[in-house]
Amino acid sequence: MFVLVEMVDTVRIPPWQFERKLNDSIAEELNKKLANKVVYNVGLCICLFDITKLEDAYVFPGDGASHTKVHFRYVVFHPFLDEILIGKIKGCSPEGVHVSLGFFDDILIPPESLQQPAKFDEAEQVWVWEYETEEGAHDLYMDTGEEIRFRVVDESFVDTSPTGPSSAEATSSSEELPKKEAPYTLVGSISEPGLGLLSWWTSS
Amino acid sequence: MEVKDANSALLSNYEVFQLLTDLKEQRKESGKNKHNSGQQNLNTITYETLKYISKTPCRHQSPEIVREFLTAMKSHKLTKAEKLQLLNHRPMTAVEIQLPCALQVRRKMCVACPETVCSFLLFAVA
Repeated sequence: MFVLVEMVDTVRIPPWQFERKLNDSIAEELNKKLANKVVYNVGLCICLFDITKLEDAYVFPGDGASHTKVHFRYVVFHPFLDEILIGKIKGCSPEGVHVSLGFFDDILIPPESLQQPAKFDEAEQVWVWEYETEEGAHDLYMDTGEEIRFRVVDESFVDTSPTGPSSAEATSSSEELPKKEAPYTLVGSISEPGLGLLSWWTSS
Repeated sequence: MEVKDANSALLSNYEVFQLLTDLKEQRKESGKNKHNSGQQNLNTITYETLKYISKTPCRHQSPEIVREFLTAMKSHKLTKAEKLQLLNHRPMTAVEIQLPCALQVRRKMCVACPETVCSFLLFAVA
């Protein structure tokens, strides 16, 4: 689920923090910059693991702050393909089942990856697995708040950096805010034995 | 900012749990003067991640348990990813064990060793 990512960056320490130990200031700056943020094609950054190398610090003319090039390792949430994860169902919609891990919310299980046959109950807005046995069909509901085990089948990164002023002026004033896209989304699947709500597979 | 290696090492949930609890201790000790100065993101992510990880089996693990598990698993020739998932999830039934494993390993695992795997991971329960 978590990986270690080696990165290099230049950290700026303002003069009023010179009394503190350099390592502490740098750790704080790096956490301020990266924690809880998604880095494109890398994953969701959690916290600093360690600092591997500190190069010389320079002070540039016109700016009293010191600039240090730092080599460090960061703990990043980036599940690999086909990894099994356990999350909580956040809600269901016609697009599929939305799952959340608490610290990461944008996980979707599309209808074709649910245990088949599945149907969407419009009245209660939940997905249902119509489980067939010899006695007849049982309807297994995927309710909100239930724990669910799923396999990661796909991930997608979207570059959400701001674009420059667009040349098409017509769309500027009349539209509302542009839709916010999640920078990092995961697609899951539960169409295998053992996957799905934990309560489906625990024997009493 | 430059990413030198986006996949330099895999971390188990236990290692991240240790790291975050140590970080929390450190920040508690160093006093409360950092609350509103942009540390909000770090606070949020560490709180949520710790909340999630504390509900997984890793909170009962220790370095000795992990070492024993890995030596016990040597004979089964599993990939790193499979061993990592077994360590993180601690499967209790045959159907859960075969999930992280590749197809040819699954048949061996289901038949021969749900008890062996579970018994080592069960050290972590009591």
